[in-house]
Amino acid sequence: MFRTALRNVLAHKARLLMTVLAVMLGVAFVSGTLVFTNTISDAYQQSSAKGFDQVDVAVRPESGEDTGDTVGRTPDLTEAQLRTSAKVPGAASAIGVVDGFTALADKDGKLIGGGFQSQGGNYWGTDDPRYPLKEGRAPHGAREVAIDSQTARRAGYAVGDTVRMSVDGPVLEPRITGVFTTDDGNVAAGGSLALFDTPTAQKLFGKAGTYDEIDVKAAPGTSQTALKAALDRALPRATTETTTGERLADDQAELISSQMSGLKQGLLVFAGIALFVSTFIIANTFTMLVAQRTKELALLRAVGASRRQVTRSVLIEAFVVGTVAGVSGLVAGIGIGAGLRSLMGGLGATVPDGPLVVSPGTVATALVVGVFVTMLAAWLPGRRAAKIPPVAAMSSVHAKATTKSLVLRNTLGALFSAAGVTVVLYATTLSGSDGQAPMGFGAVLLIIGVFILTPLLSRPLIAAAAPLLRAFGVSGRLARQNSVRNPRRTAATASALMIGLTLITGMTVMAGSLQKSIDKMASAAIRADYVVSMANGNELSPGVERKLKDTDGVTTTSPLRNAPSRIDGRTEYLTGVNGSAIGDLTDLKVDDGSFTVGGDRVVVDQDTADSHGWKAGSAFTVHYEDGKAQRLTVAGVYEGNELIQGIMLDTAALTPHQSDPADMQVMVKTSGGASGATKDRLEKALGSNPAIRVQSKEDLSEEIAQMFTLMLNMLYGLLAMAVIVAVLGVINTLAMSVFERSQEIGMLRAIGLERRSVKRMVRLESLVISLFGGVLGIGLGVFFGWAAGELLGTRMATYELVLPWARMAAFLALAAAVGVLAALWPARRAARLNMLQAIKAE
Amino acid sequence: MTTSPLAASRTTAVAARATELSKIYGQGETQVVALDRVSVDFHQAEFTAIMGPSGSGKSTLMHCVAGLDTFSSGSVRIGDTELGSLKDKQLTRLRRDKIGFIFQAFNLLPTLTALENITLPMDIAGRKPDRQWLDTVIEMVGLSGRLGHRPAQLSGGQQQRVAVARALASRPDIIFGDEPTGNLDSRSGAEVLGFLRNSVRELGQTVVMVTHDPVAAAYADRVVFLADGRIVDEMNAPTADSVLDRMKRFDTKGRTS
Repeated sequence: MFRTALRNVLAHKARLLMTVLAVMLGVAFVSGTLVFTNTISDAYQQSSAKGFDQVDVAVRPESGEDTGDTVGRTPDLTEAQLRTSAKVPGAASAIGVVDGFTALADKDGKLIGGGFQSQGGNYWGTDDPRYPLKEGRAPHGAREVAIDSQTARRAGYAVGDTVRMSVDGPVLEPRITGVFTTDDGNVAAGGSLALFDTPTAQKLFGKAGTYDEIDVKAAPGTSQTALKAALDRALPRATTETTTGERLADDQAELISSQMSGLKQGLLVFAGIALFVSTFIIANTFTMLVAQRTKELALLRAVGASRRQVTRSVLIEAFVVGTVAGVSGLVAGIGIGAGLRSLMGGLGATVPDGPLVVSPGTVATALVVGVFVTMLAAWLPGRRAAKIPPVAAMSSVHAKATTKSLVLRNTLGALFSAAGVTVVLYATTLSGSDGQAPMGFGAVLLIIGVFILTPLLSRPLIAAAAPLLRAFGVSGRLARQNSVRNPRRTAATASALMIGLTLITGMTVMAGSLQKSIDKMASAAIRADYVVSMANGNELSPGVERKLKDTDGVTTTSPLRNAPSRIDGRTEYLTGVNGSAIGDLTDLKVDDGSFTVGGDRVVVDQDTADSHGWKAGSAFTVHYEDGKAQRLTVAGVYEGNELIQGIMLDTAALTPHQSDPADMQVMVKTSGGASGATKDRLEKALGSNPAIRVQSKEDLSEEIAQMFTLMLNMLYGLLAMAVIVAVLGVINTLAMSVFERSQEIGMLRAIGLERRSVKRMVRLESLVISLFGGVLGIGLGVFFGWAAGELLGTRMATYELVLPWARMAAFLALAAAVGVLAALWPARRAARLNMLQAIKAE
Repeated sequence: MTTSPLAASRTTAVAARATELSKIYGQGETQVVALDRVSVDFHQAEFTAIMGPSGSGKSTLMHCVAGLDTFSSGSVRIGDTELGSLKDKQLTRLRRDKIGFIFQAFNLLPTLTALENITLPMDIAGRKPDRQWLDTVIEMVGLSGRLGHRPAQLSGGQQQRVAVARALASRPDIIFGDEPTGNLDSRSGAEVLGFLRNSVRELGQTVVMVTHDPVAAAYADRVVFLADGRIVDEMNAPTADSVLDRMKRFDTKGRTS
């Protein structure tokens, strides 16, 4: 039997190629994901281990719980503690570390490294062991800086150049005195690192005379734990915390693998979708292969093969296909893994170098998945093969597989669909996270239900397309009839496409709606012409607001100044604003009282007010970070949103209590309104600082849109896999249909149907099937998008359903393109069919 | 020989003519001559049967004359059209407009009703069928009550009657049948052959049929005998017995030579 099965594999090369491709794509995705995540986390672990080479024990400030009614920053490490650490027995040397955000501009004034990876720090002494100098010398004084060699190379900077940079607002223009190398992961991934001498760094990062961390190097012969113990004895336990270098590396590694596991799971979900879709195609292919071989299999039965042997021969065939697909999928997956890494590196994400990791687990998974999925999909067709009666070998006509009635299937499908819709609708009435699980469950039920129902749905939906097809004459009519001829096959083919498009449409609807809502949230409540903020979301120094206020054409400004406080024993963040201007700069709906901020009068958002039981007129006591208390009165309660919320009070009341005031944003209103010239003026007033963003409402919307576009494009890229698999499925189905109908096509050619018309007939059939799948998918996707939105809407006041009609039209066009593309080869084959052989009677 | 007055007046006109027609497969050692300089006329309003033992080239001759297959040398004319110079597209048009076909099996599209199958060639051409003629044809083959049925709902004989109606409906210059009764029982076969003969006698249709069945051949006005790719004999007004006798001589000859 094995030989028979093997011969069969080889006899239907072209058709099996499709099957192999379908499985291969799924396996490639799975193994690609594993290779990629393994490689990345391995490289991270290597680089983090390297990164802690110079650290035997790290001393950090103890992140103590704040207690009572005082709030404040955790105390930094002092100079004295640094000296103590260096003198501890077993310590060879100690380095004080200061770091913070430092934006660096390239020669065109553009920010290097996206903002989040723009780091700054201190260069210790004249020869910092962490940063070996490649060129030049260590920076010294406020007007000198050293930068990393990668950034220098990328931006074209050399020793002696002047570079524009900024830490918290003001522009600095120091001279580059040195270029150093580093194995910092951020830098490897495209970020920048700028180092000042220690006093300058301390001043710039607002940590005069203190350090963020003390790195202690052990003397030869002293272990890390011994050094740690010595440090623990020498330093106050209450305010410091010591960690060994090994531990730091381990923690880092653990953090990395937990971060990677999210990405891994996400990617594996998409791989799973691709495999799920592949399953239909494999099942479809084997069903058709069995149908075509009815006579052959019946002959086997007639000459004495048992049912089990027939089933087994089909399964062996599936095994061979699965193995080939698994191996080739693994090879392709390794390629995908390598490709993904360079792709992500190209996009500026954090990807350190390292060898490609193909673990035995990956290999095993690829093979098991490939073989298991294929054999599972071939199981039913295999059983059907066994049921072919031996007598089928004798009859001259193909014994048609008994077309079981669809009644059972339709009933089951209707039940599933109805249950799915009910559960999803029920979930939309729940609030927020309570609804997530039922909604997911309902969605799965509905997809299964619709999938079971597709044969039933195919008739009315395809009939609806009949008027269009009529325009194509006989070809159109024949195509329509052919596409409903075998509802099960049409359904299985269309389902593959349906699943992909359901996901794509659902995501698009959700992302579009979310984008609109966030956009509304960000801009609707703002009356200011411009919002000024730091590129990485860091805080701005109050000097920025002062500068803006003095700029020509600026009428009013207000900072959004963040400060922690304690109210009723709970930490609450206060927002300091310019009380006289905030009413003109924001547009918040006031539910209760009036929107007045000044003196001891504050405004509070609805949620905060509710949680404290405040109304307009309520009074409460606030404890500021310096420990002083003040009695404040709620003047008004406004409707907050995700961006503007909390307790707003006048900066005049807040700032005296702050040691280091800093602003999240500055809102600006100008006399001329938002315009290019105004924006230029503001940017110039801030010294054309690379780190500061001056954004109008439109800019904000655009930024939000870009974020969503990037996210959607990534999802589209991943879901493209499911669509490619669907294309293979359509090709497969069409090729089989053409094969099965070769006699019919021969007859049509004989009685005068032109080759062109034959091609058109096959193409239209493909188009009809693809569009059918497309319409179902888009319909389901919209439903899921709507339902998910209902759920989100309970948590987001501005949520509004946005139906992306243009996108949906594009998806339908995509489905049509899939149809046309998939029909290319089968249509050619049909047109080239040898007429005489086709019409020759058996 | 009994011919209708209409047919008699046209006996001289030729519907299709093959001249020195050869069809050779392969080259050199493996060369097979399927047709060897065959010249034959098929007259208008005449029912011709082509007979011969297996491998005699009778099907090949029909395929070449009907524009289904290419030939190596010689010429084939349908009416005034020389087939040898036609491209595939023109040949397809010619088959659609000038020729009707009846095959042994797989004659009908299972997705179409009987009526749709009958009008299929005209649908392909984008022509409206001549309603009156269509009724005449349907009446003749006795399908009036079953026009809405699908092929699967019809018996084999009924299916072949639909095929006959389809061939006749577009009023082709000539109808070719390839063993049209090969898959039918004798009674259904007799019916189909009767319709073909009637279409010649009463409607002036030209029919050429390949068969190996002497009884079927007896329905024809003329029988052309093929052996080894050559025309070896011809017989007018055949009977089943005379055809059978002639065929037996092939066997004897085959055995002795």
